[in-house]
Amino acid sequence: MSNSNQVLLGIENVYRTYVDDDDNKVEALFDVSLEVEKGEFVTIIGSSGCGKTTLLRLIAGLDKPLSGELTIDGKLITGTDPGRGYVFQQGGLFPWLSVEKNIATGLKARGVYKQEKDLVQEYIDLIGLQGFEKAFPHQISGGMAQRVAIARALINRPAALLLDEPMGALDSFTRADLQDKLLELWAHDKTTMILVTHDIDEAIYLSDRIVIMTPRPGRISEILTVPFPRPRHRGGVEFLTMRGTILEKLHLATALPQPEYKI
Amino acid sequence: MSRTRLPNKYANAKFLLRTPFALAGFAVAILVNRVFPQIANVEIIDYEFPGGAVLNMNQAYQLVLLALILLYLIAGVYAWFDPDRRVRYLNRVPFRFAMGLALAAWDITGTKLLMLPQPFFPGPAKIIESFLMEGDYILQNTLYSLRLFAVGFLVGVVVGVGTGILIGWFARVYYWVFPVLKLTGVIPAVAWMPFALTLFPTPFSAASFLIVICAWFPVAFATARGITSTPKSHFEVARTLGAKTSYLVFHVAIPHAMPNIFTGISTANGFAFTTLVMAEMMGQPGGLGYYINASKVWSAYYKVFASILVMAILFSLIMWAIGAIQGRVLRWQRGLIHE
Ligand SMILES: Nc1ncnc2c1ncn2[C@@H]1O[C@H](COP(=O)(O)OP(=O)(O)O)[C@@H](O)[C@H]1O
Ligand SMILES: [Mg+2]
Repeated sequence: MSNSNQVLLGIENVYRTYVDDDDNKVEALFDVSLEVEKGEFVTIIGSSGCGKTTLLRLIAGLDKPLSGELTIDGKLITGTDPGRGYVFQQGGLFPWLSVEKNIATGLKARGVYKQEKDLVQEYIDLIGLQGFEKAFPHQISGGMAQRVAIARALINRPAALLLDEPMGALDSFTRADLQDKLLELWAHDKTTMILVTHDIDEAIYLSDRIVIMTPRPGRISEILTVPFPRPRHRGGVEFLTMRGTILEKLHLATALPQPEYKI
Repeated sequence: MSRTRLPNKYANAKFLLRTPFALAGFAVAILVNRVFPQIANVEIIDYEFPGGAVLNMNQAYQLVLLALILLYLIAGVYAWFDPDRRVRYLNRVPFRFAMGLALAAWDITGTKLLMLPQPFFPGPAKIIESFLMEGDYILQNTLYSLRLFAVGFLVGVVVGVGTGILIGWFARVYYWVFPVLKLTGVIPAVAWMPFALTLFPTPFSAASFLIVICAWFPVAFATARGITSTPKSHFEVARTLGAKTSYLVFHVAIPHAMPNIFTGISTANGFAFTTLVMAEMMGQPGGLGYYINASKVWSAYYKVFASILVMAILFSLIMWAIGAIQGRVLRWQRGLIHE
């Protein structure tokens, strides 16, 4: 994807601070900068609390930075936009809507359902949920629910899809399955993917680049390119070597203090 | 005979053996009414109907019992084809059997022997006689009640849902209106009766008003609670999908509040029945409550019971209808898909 070399998302010196219950400042994001190209698959990895969700919410426009800029196609991000799909950690399907109606939400919300309703079946077929159109969310498995959440976001044909640990709650078989499905959808729509995970294998298996974040303050410590082509073999030498590298970096990143940021 | 088929066969036999008992009780009641000698001195009047039919109270009572037998027979045939219904039907067999026997015992003590204190506890046939005497008038009063209920309750629910949405959605409305609602909501609606009677042009509109406010409060409460308890994540999901404010209200907050709204509606339903009957007893030109009052004046307690019987049937039907609507709207909460 790097041959197109066109920047889609620009993140420049972004800071975001929260005040917690005890009135302490939490520096969730500290001087974060990143560029993501069109069609790229980028994974953000890091221990819990390092600001991954915060960053993703800023990109989605669900939240605003304290300072710094986020741009999409050169335009400042000021709020949510169907051009940036978001898959929440727990899927967040509407329990009162059937699978097909959940998927159709974006079309209806944008008022284009009449013209584009064929897309609903297309995406149901794509995620392999034929026969479950009328089922309600509590009647399907966790893996199916996440597929529905992904299809629901993709039906708007977003330029970027933001996924916040979408497979965190799934067993490893379902997870592997969904990873392949995600690659398939990526190939189908050429959507730029920004995935948050804490699973190193998942990051290597899926991404073009892996962004490693570290906590307190939340910042990007390293960006790695996965140098070998897909489909990737999870037991391959390159794969395992890369995994070792990332583990080491993550471990170092969290174990050692960061003197340059201690004031 | 294989073991696996045994339970099913057994179930068929059990159903066939037990179902007749649902009907047998009422058959006994008919038999008792026909063959038990009329010992006490009770006047049996023949009522003539257009078309030449002549009925006395015992015959009318027997017809009612026969209708019950037919009803439960049809229900039994219907249940035969559905395992769930079968279980429910079998469950009710003992109760229906006992009901028939109770009616027979009541008939003997209330009409045949006149052992119960009169005129406060008439026999079942005597109560049915009310419908022979003035069925038209009872129907007229029933329709009056039904109309009053329909107008008051529907307006109350609509206004309640509307207010609830405003309170739940707008923080300012919540701040200013919710405390008022909390304070006035605990007042029984009939307390406003004198006020309503002077302010409204007709007794009907005054009573409608009382039913409106008694339905309004619980529905508004529950709706507001349902709206405010909508998880923020639902709104965020919708916003990332391109939803504007109106979509968030009508397609996220309100569907989320639906279970609460129906809880409010059931509460309101109970209040509305009470308010309806009380309002009718306190100054309406018609209705089942009015009929009770009018009959009491003449010590016609059998008519009071007739009115109560109609209420039981009418209110049960209304509750059943609301339950059916609720089941349809909230079908997403059920464990199964019903197509
Ligand atoms: N709404 C909030 N209020 C206060 N603190 C928050 C809030 N959201 C996140 N934080 C804090 O910011 C830090 C980063 O959180 P988050 O972005 O959720 O991390 P991650 O997704 O990487 O686990 C954490 O220390 C968290 O406690
Ligand atoms: Mg997170």
